[in-house]
Amino acid sequence: MSRIQSVFAELKAQGKKALIPYFTAGDPHPDQTVPLLHALVDSGADVIELGVPFSDPMADGPVIQRASERALMHKMGLRKVLAMVKDFRETNQKTPIVLMGYANPIEAMGVLQFVNLAKEAGVDGVLTVDYPPEECEDFNKQLAAAGIDSIFLLSPTTEPSRTELIVKQATGFLYYVSLKGVTGAGNLDIVEVKKRVAEIRGSTDLPIGVGFGVKDAETAREVSAIADAVVVGSRMVLAIEQSDEHNLIPNVQALMKELRTAIDSV
Amino acid sequence: MQVYDMPDKHGHFGPFGGIFVAETLVEALEELRLMYEKYRHDPEFLAEFAYDLKHFVGRPSPIYHAKRLSDKIGGAQIYLKREDLNHTGAHKINNTIGQALLAKRMGKPRVIAETGAGQHGVATATIAARLGLECVVYMGAEDVKRQAPNVFRMKLLGATVIPVESGSKTLKDALNEAMRDWVTNISNTFYIIGTVAGPHPYPMMVRDFQAVIGIEAKQQMQEMMGRQPDAVVACVGGGSNAMGIFYPYIDVEGVRLIGVEAAGHGLETGSHAAPLTANSPIGVLHGNRTYLMQDEDGNIVETHSISAGLDYPGVGPEHAWLKDIKRAEYVAITDDEAMHAFHQLCRTEGIIPAMESSHALAYGEKLARTMSPDQVVLVNLSGRGDKDINTVAKLSNITL
Repeated sequence: MSRIQSVFAELKAQGKKALIPYFTAGDPHPDQTVPLLHALVDSGADVIELGVPFSDPMADGPVIQRASERALMHKMGLRKVLAMVKDFRETNQKTPIVLMGYANPIEAMGVLQFVNLAKEAGVDGVLTVDYPPEECEDFNKQLAAAGIDSIFLLSPTTEPSRTELIVKQATGFLYYVSLKGVTGAGNLDIVEVKKRVAEIRGSTDLPIGVGFGVKDAETAREVSAIADAVVVGSRMVLAIEQSDEHNLIPNVQALMKELRTAIDSV
Repeated sequence: MQVYDMPDKHGHFGPFGGIFVAETLVEALEELRLMYEKYRHDPEFLAEFAYDLKHFVGRPSPIYHAKRLSDKIGGAQIYLKREDLNHTGAHKINNTIGQALLAKRMGKPRVIAETGAGQHGVATATIAARLGLECVVYMGAEDVKRQAPNVFRMKLLGATVIPVESGSKTLKDALNEAMRDWVTNISNTFYIIGTVAGPHPYPMMVRDFQAVIGIEAKQQMQEMMGRQPDAVVACVGGGSNAMGIFYPYIDVEGVRLIGVEAAGHGLETGSHAAPLTANSPIGVLHGNRTYLMQDEDGNIVETHSISAGLDYPGVGPEHAWLKDIKRAEYVAITDDEAMHAFHQLCRTEGIIPAMESSHALAYGEKLARTMSPDQVVLVNLSGRGDKDINTVAKLSNITL
């Protein structure tokens, strides 16, 4: 059983939902990434999505774009992200880390080398935003061989026939994008999300995470009533952006606590 | 000779091309692919396209024998395919009409576009005005400053121009932003991509709409010369004018196809926009796999060219493929060489070429010099240079 599967199984047994915060590695500074990972775990993260900064984050809204830009100013790259995960794993063997990013940094490193290094570092899942299943069969096979889960997005526009195709290749959990747009955009329509999540459940037993529009404790609570996991990205990155080096950890933990409480109240 | 039939049904040109987008865009691309399949051979659609090309754009664009220039160079005869004479001043309008007609058939009331120098933005704003579509153009904030006249032209035509402040604030960032708009407004919006890049079916579709350039050229050369040129030369940023003139020639033996990239300050300086000539690694950007200028972490690097239209870190996937199968050759011309060709054409032939096209001209001249006077080099003069007069004046320390 993969680390991701164990976490979801354990939460299910306890009748709880997963809280998955996202932030971009190297933001606001590379020295703060590993401390932030630990701080997120300490304040209730079940899984962490760690963003790999990229110069052209096409699927991201302005908040996460700015995070990428800040990280790139510190010459943050995929190799360093993997080193950070390895560092984190020295004292934490329990919390799954999912790398979220774009195809080009992986291809620049070489797919095989990336998979090997990711495995060695203790990465549990990979979500490559611009790798739809049709374009990443080999990559998926190599991830599977290394015991790393392939996380895929499903969107409000994904047709049922495509959902079937995606769930066949997905492992770990599925990530349902709750709105038409980029990360951190607009308001999610909870009724629509509920309907779509129910449909997806008809095609798969994988846990379903929902994200892209979770802005506050209230949406987190609503989403957790429907999904197995709540993914909080732009809101988390905004908290990082609005902090300085002294209050960074307290601010992030305060937000986490608020979200955790909301999710656990369901 | 084996008939050239690319891309495959998934939009791959060998290892290049494809559909590398977030799941949120997949259905929209599938819808577009199906609509384009439906209309690409539809007689009524093609007739409407042909009518607009003739009566609105002013096609066919002539082929002109640059005799004084040829004599001055002292080699092969240089012929120019005059895309600069099109309405709006460049080849860009051919493609925007094709896509806008498709948008209309798909019932999309709003079109968006990215633009670098502003030519594609102007062409999109133009056809949007003509068809009564709402038009939003994304343009890097740097380019908005550099290309003020084109920004004003777009506004005159009723378009909204949105300056993009992210990343390097140039063309690639405008493309990112247009993609973000599209994913958000997918139900009512058609994204008119200006070059032969982006996810499938764009590279194929834009090529098909631009192929009118090569189709005309083949016929015109036959009429004028009784034969085809020895070489066809075109500039390559994303590569739409080059694909347009190359495509009908791919199966014609004995015609060299030469794409000219921007060597900027020189390939050796790293300050250029020539991924093919500089042997950049293969990567994934803007929905397709192609040769890409990037650093060792796979981040896209900033490019440089005097010509905003060539200032792009990637290249259309079909050019990557034509390079690999050795059907086309790719070379690069520096800012200085392009400027020289620019001035030379102005003074020798009375034609002010676009800075982009000046790269093709510069190489055409270089090549012609090595050939004999009974040989023919056809240069695609993709646009006129009125938009570049501020840049040229600035380089000459002249204030307009």
